[in-house]
Amino acid sequence: MIHRFESNGHRLMLDVNSSSVCDLDEISYKLLPFIGKNMQRSLPVEASKSLSRYTHDELSETWNELFELKQNGRLFSPDIYGKYKNVGDKAPIKSMCLNVAHDCNLRCSYCFASTGNFGGERKLMSFSVGKKAIDFLIAHAGNRRQLEIDLFGGEPMMNFDVVKKLVAYGREAEKKAGKVIRFTTTTNALLLDDERIDFINREMYNVVLSIDGRQAIHDKMRPRADGTGSYETILANIKRLVNNRKSGTCYVRGTFTRENLDFSKDVLSLADEGFQDISIEPVILPKDHPLALREEDLPRIFEEYDTLANEIIHRQREGRGFNFFHFMIDMEHGPCAIKLLRGCGCGNEYIAVTPEGDIYPCHQFVGNEDFKMGSVLDQSVDQSMKDTFSKANIFTKDKCNDCWAKFFCSGGCNANNHAMQGNILAPFDISCALERKRLECALMIQSELQTNA
Amino acid sequence: MKHIKVLNERKLQETVKKGGCGECQASCQSACKTSCTVANQTCENR
Repeated sequence: MIHRFESNGHRLMLDVNSSSVCDLDEISYKLLPFIGKNMQRSLPVEASKSLSRYTHDELSETWNELFELKQNGRLFSPDIYGKYKNVGDKAPIKSMCLNVAHDCNLRCSYCFASTGNFGGERKLMSFSVGKKAIDFLIAHAGNRRQLEIDLFGGEPMMNFDVVKKLVAYGREAEKKAGKVIRFTTTTNALLLDDERIDFINREMYNVVLSIDGRQAIHDKMRPRADGTGSYETILANIKRLVNNRKSGTCYVRGTFTRENLDFSKDVLSLADEGFQDISIEPVILPKDHPLALREEDLPRIFEEYDTLANEIIHRQREGRGFNFFHFMIDMEHGPCAIKLLRGCGCGNEYIAVTPEGDIYPCHQFVGNEDFKMGSVLDQSVDQSMKDTFSKANIFTKDKCNDCWAKFFCSGGCNANNHAMQGNILAPFDISCALERKRLECALMIQSELQTNA
Repeated sequence: MKHIKVLNERKLQETVKKGGCGECQASCQSACKTSCTVANQTCENR
């Protein structure tokens, strides 16, 4: 399977099963429709007839190059991956979203967690429950060495004393177990003071700092509990953290909704504030929510991604480039095919734990009782639900079978699929369309920066 | 090649040889938390 597309003056071809990406000239691009998995060495007569504006020698020379690609496993390469589809079965649990606070000091209009409480009572995790969660992770990690704990909420910094104690406990526990725990956190930055900033920058492998971009958008979407804007405080706090960060990754991350379909301005506003690593992501809300993205918004959103892609190229050339998370693809050192078959691993390798110690497949399922799959208090895990999630891969998701993007998104977000379609195996069309557009932009950027350096 | 520029060296089919170690980051633990772009993760076993 291949995907060919034109973007910003480039003619690009992705060979799906090898993930090879080629920048083609006009003649080779026009020959692609004459190629299939049974491509032969000699130029087909019908290609010669249809493309008579080129000489036979030109066509033959180009055909030979395409045939070389085919021989080299980069064009209509076979799908060899079926035999690996069950590799994720009985996988250890190695990654945890630890919801240390089901409470929040902001009241964001689009919050999937019902403004922090996940539909339940506002509650902070006790040290005792958090400790049991860390013990649970280590006990279920099997031979995995690198473990991950994301300190999440609600707003995790509302439970800072417990966060500090849990990280200290994790540092001891990892040594005893011969593991490495990578702690990360996602915070709205409102409570960041010098102590919290020093702690985060010392202990967190990655930190995600939530901010929506332009002040007017941010203050409208992310007000404090008393209704006032939070932008100025948050921006100052985030800058302080970023400026003091010596190592480890750090993203400023926002959300766009129907209210700001011109979200490239929000991305650029964050870039103009000096941030290097930026993520602005599409909101996920029920279809009838006024802020939810609709199918009719797609052309406008696509336009916006194109604008952003061009601006990224422009700024890169001027020496003031920045990273936009959803345009980042590691084409040389990305995950292996086996990982790409099954994606996030939620409910199987990755779980979320609530302040009560309940286990859910991921943070997005928290609060949905149908998906409660155990407890760290008694170390129970619903193996049948874990098995169900272990089977969520690009083979069991029908829509993925013929999709050219399947080795980039790996079947999308299971929680999103369930929320929008009632089925973790049914990718949501709008999310798929956005993913494919972002990938085309990402590939175009790589091509432009490589070919017109 | 005169007509074609290959933009990446890596071929995905070759990654299965020493793949599947499971040590890489869960994609949702990166910058997103709501949607997946798994391909921007980095292999821990290269």
